[in-house]
Amino acid sequence: MLDLFDDYTLRTVALGSAALGITSGALGTFAVLRRQSLLGDAISHAALPGVAIAFLLTGSKAPLVLVAGAALAGFLGTLLVMGIVRTTRVKYDSALGIVLSVFFGFGLVLLTFIQRRPDASQAGLDRFLFGQAAGLLRRDLVTMAILGGIALGVMLLVWKELKLLAFDPDYGTSLGYPMRALDVLLTSLLVVAIVIGLQTVGVVLMAAMVIAPAAAARQWTDRLGLGALLAACFGALAGIVGTVLSTETERLPTGPTIVLCVTAIVLVSLLAAGRRGLIWRELRGRRDRRRLRLAAVLTDLYELERQHPEAHRGHSAAVLSVMSGGAQPSLEELERRGDVRRLGDDAWELTETGREKAET
Amino acid sequence: MTSGQIEIQLIAVVVAVACALPGTFLVLRRLSLVSDAISHSILLGIVLGFFVVGSVNSPLLLVGAALVGLATVVFVQLLQRTGLVKEDAAIGLVFPALFSIGVILISRYADGVHLDIDAVLLGELAFAPFDRIEFWGWDWGPTALVVMSVILAINIGAIAIFWKELKLSTFDPALAVALGFTPALVQYALMGLVSLTAVGAFDAVGSILVVALMIAPPAAAYLLTDSLPRLLLLAAAIGAASALAGYWLAYALDASIAGAMASMTGVAFLLAWLFAPGRGLLAAARRRARQKLEFAQTMLAIHLANHEGLPEAEEESRIDHLDRHLRWPPEFAQRIVRLAHRRGLVEADAGRLTLTQAGRELAADALAR
Repeated sequence: MLDLFDDYTLRTVALGSAALGITSGALGTFAVLRRQSLLGDAISHAALPGVAIAFLLTGSKAPLVLVAGAALAGFLGTLLVMGIVRTTRVKYDSALGIVLSVFFGFGLVLLTFIQRRPDASQAGLDRFLFGQAAGLLRRDLVTMAILGGIALGVMLLVWKELKLLAFDPDYGTSLGYPMRALDVLLTSLLVVAIVIGLQTVGVVLMAAMVIAPAAAARQWTDRLGLGALLAACFGALAGIVGTVLSTETERLPTGPTIVLCVTAIVLVSLLAAGRRGLIWRELRGRRDRRRLRLAAVLTDLYELERQHPEAHRGHSAAVLSVMSGGAQPSLEELERRGDVRRLGDDAWELTETGREKAET
Repeated sequence: MTSGQIEIQLIAVVVAVACALPGTFLVLRRLSLVSDAISHSILLGIVLGFFVVGSVNSPLLLVGAALVGLATVVFVQLLQRTGLVKEDAAIGLVFPALFSIGVILISRYADGVHLDIDAVLLGELAFAPFDRIEFWGWDWGPTALVVMSVILAINIGAIAIFWKELKLSTFDPALAVALGFTPALVQYALMGLVSLTAVGAFDAVGSILVVALMIAPPAAAYLLTDSLPRLLLLAAAIGAASALAGYWLAYALDASIAGAMASMTGVAFLLAWLFAPGRGLLAAARRRARQKLEFAQTMLAIHLANHEGLPEAEEESRIDHLDRHLRWPPEFAQRIVRLAHRRGLVEADAGRLTLTQAGRELAADALAR
């Protein structure tokens, strides 16, 4: 009986985290591409006072009410960022910093104000700080799934236009698309993606769920569609693994656990992704360097033989090392390939194939 | 006011000023969000330091945590240099990860001992006066006040000593390199200050509010002045004023002091944004309105000058026909005529306008330009 209940809770929690991972991963792709990664941070922090005000006004903790408050506040935050950048000489980074910290501070004022009121009806609001998957209920799940589904649906509907916005907004304007409206639409979708994750991951760390899956996916593909799909999968994977881990383990807060899972995915992607990955890059670099060294020794030997046709006893590795450094291992490698041969103890000359290669 | 209240306000002011000074350079260098990254990741430094030292108040812990903050900046730059992610994404990848490790470590191994997530994240200024430094039988005051005063002194000293280097590398890094300075070194020194200040302030106001105190007051001051020394002074003053206002707001609402201080820095920025002389929204709106009226008067003068002495002048100079000729709404036309008359550009006579000499000159001048 207890197992069944556990399974049910776990299923709810895992499904909820998957929903948030998919939505924030897919929409985060655009944010990362457009270098607006930290806008996600500002939106999620800015959402906190929205949650508190929604609760103060309605006295309800229904997920839809709180999420609506969060979304409005998050949206207001982004509008303020844009307004500050457009009408003052304060730069984008400072505008983000101001909005995220001031909104968050105001949110704290409201939260502490609510907490110190005599009735205890407020319990549970502070889980918006760090998130708590264990508290997810079925109605939370339904809200998250519906909102996430709507956001993803809209994204697919205007996919082509969003692609234009991400890569060449000026061209889009010249084609007559309302690029500013699209910008606002994309930001609104991002707001939705963020607010549905607040309850699970928390406002402090939600930014990671926007940035990390997209940054990981970016390493594996150059295609936008595939990138968004991959990011959604990574987000879902991190969400599920993180929530299951934190639900099964004592005192393992959900938000941070999910964030560490998604960070692990990013690390693996940075290291191992095909073509871009750091490991492959290092291997390729080594191979290229070795090939260059071999080619250098080969052409040096060729030049020596051409300039000293009288010397028939070959040339020493020491002479070649003076020309391009550390020639000995390269000579041995070339000998194995049949491009040079050893005449004496330390005397080398080109073979027929080696000469042909050096000439080309 | 009790002595506790005075001490809390003193701490708040010192923290705000200490944050505003390095924050000014962050705002000018477009590095504001580095404060966000540092202030989060030092949590990990504090936790690790706590495991090593065993107390939250050791100076060693401060230094250790500040080093972790500096390491964050290094991580971000390394990640960025791989070329695999952009700068903004690099920041957003590094600090949540370090912060998460810190939170997990606290909740698994240090919960309720001396570190408590809420207090670390949100700060609790209200309890600061109870934690005092006593030395040689003397009460030196609350620990937070002593620590932050030392950090403030370090900040002032460092900025004074490296004034030239900071100024040059902030406004013209290329020239700084050409003159033989190393902007990278200045950068790391600045990051060291930010990190140290964030660690010290962390205890009092919590991580995210450090960002508010570092960014919002300098940004507000940035709208009010163009000189660097005045910018620093104004930023410090705005920070201090927000801190005091925040304290009393929190007192009135019985809410988080740190949160209220952050809110007040936002209010300060909002005020500067709206009312800054010359640059504020209001000043800009008034300038636009004035320009519109002046332009309209010039238009009127040109219109009259165009038709002056010609047969149709009779028709064109009638006030009640201006709305047709210049496409102005009648009320607006009336207003412009009134203004132009007051400036001595036109004379009105029986519903007809004639240009004065000044009006003719204005029209000729505007057309010649």
